[in-house]
Amino acid sequence: MKKLLNRRTFLKGSLAGSAAAVSVGRSQKAMAKDFEGYPESMGVLVDLSRCVGCRSCEAACNEEQNLPAPEKPFNDFSVFDEMHHGQKRRTDETRYTVVNRYDVPEIDHPLFRKIQCNHCQEPACLTSCFVNAYTKTPEGAVIYDASVCVGCRTCMVACPFYIPAFRYSSAFNPRIMKCIFCYDTRLKNGQPPACVEACPQEALTFGHRKELIRIGHQRIRENKDQYVDHIYGEHEAGGTAWMYLSPVDFEKVGFDTSVPKEPILNFVKDFLAIVPMVLTIWPALFAGIHLLATRKDGIKKQQQTEGETEK
Amino acid sequence: MRSTLMATLSIMIMMAIGALYPNQSFALDAEDAPEVVELDALSDLYEPVTFDHAMHVDAAECVECHHHTTGQQPVDPNCLRCHATSEETDSISCGECHSAERFSPQDLKERSNPDLYHIDKPGLKGAYHLNCVGCHEEVDGPTGCQDCHAMTEKGKKQFQVSIVPPKAGSKKDAHE
Repeated sequence: MKKLLNRRTFLKGSLAGSAAAVSVGRSQKAMAKDFEGYPESMGVLVDLSRCVGCRSCEAACNEEQNLPAPEKPFNDFSVFDEMHHGQKRRTDETRYTVVNRYDVPEIDHPLFRKIQCNHCQEPACLTSCFVNAYTKTPEGAVIYDASVCVGCRTCMVACPFYIPAFRYSSAFNPRIMKCIFCYDTRLKNGQPPACVEACPQEALTFGHRKELIRIGHQRIRENKDQYVDHIYGEHEAGGTAWMYLSPVDFEKVGFDTSVPKEPILNFVKDFLAIVPMVLTIWPALFAGIHLLATRKDGIKKQQQTEGETEK
Repeated sequence: MRSTLMATLSIMIMMAIGALYPNQSFALDAEDAPEVVELDALSDLYEPVTFDHAMHVDAAECVECHHHTTGQQPVDPNCLRCHATSEETDSISCGECHSAERFSPQDLKERSNPDLYHIDKPGLKGAYHLNCVGCHEEVDGPTGCQDCHAMTEKGKKQFQVSIVPPKAGSKKDAHE
């Protein structure tokens, strides 16, 4: 008896195909899990106990990256009282970095927290970008190519730290605005970013990421009771190039402590591995099956019509 | 320049005394220190600082700023582990140990030496500010940037001090 392709065998086959694709996805995931970042990758350790909120980093960033003039000068400290929609200042199209003040009851002076792109080891923005506008360089920077960007803003949704900002002021030149670790002008030449160089308090320590983790743990160990025993960014989101030390619990100074310890990428990898299969293999496969299944009918029909005309 | 000369001279005198009395250990005396030190090595966005050393000698012990280098015993238990019996060093100037070229490739290379303990030693700018501001906060000394050094023209440009902020109430954003 001729083997007929019925619904059951067809479903079996496609299920096997899916299983194979998922297992391929699994092995890639295992590889990514073993990826510990580029060995020579650089980073910055931010010490909140050292920052005095002078805003020198903001000023230096603005000049280095040729960003638009701010609304208030950089030595105006009233910005720390600003609230926008119930939130403290954020990075936007005019500023890649922002310093915010936090009044924490257990400490008699305010604390300041600098925010900018954390340059993840395995960036979610990069993973989410379907035109590959983002690149993680071996030096540790997550850079962005505006020439291929289509302005879909998926990266803004994907970022666990809410960093990429969109330049809404220009409708026809979509552009994400975010800290690039001064890659073009400094980092690729081995120089620290402008903000680090500007910081008077050495609240920002630039160095190899591995060394910074050693430094961070030494600072915690040798200054007992001055720090929480945790380096934010050592493991958060799978590890970030910019990491933080704090004298108080991180959530008290605005950090999201619910950010998972593994790369955001790991949560979507299984799904993303199936997407190319579904989009490319399935249509071709099903179309082929359909054509095969209907071929006989077609021939029969043709023969019938031929027979009819002969008659 | 004159202050550096005086500092070198005083160190030389101390060393000469040390040579005369080899069994006696001498710690550098505050009286030998220069009265005023011009801190100008990093001056860029801000003018140099004229540091009144004589005044600060009355307010603090040598060890509080100079660590173990003047021969005084450090207070920090971390330092004591190695520097309990350290004698005065050849130079006690800040820039001798704290690099003005912090984070340069050369500086980072030196720090990656696996045998190095002082991997977290601040650069010169960091050392000045951490030490000065840290103490000033405790004793209610001046802590504002321009309380110690005036901004240069270059500094004014970078901080964009000429910008006049919009008046409160004239916000563009209708949501606020």
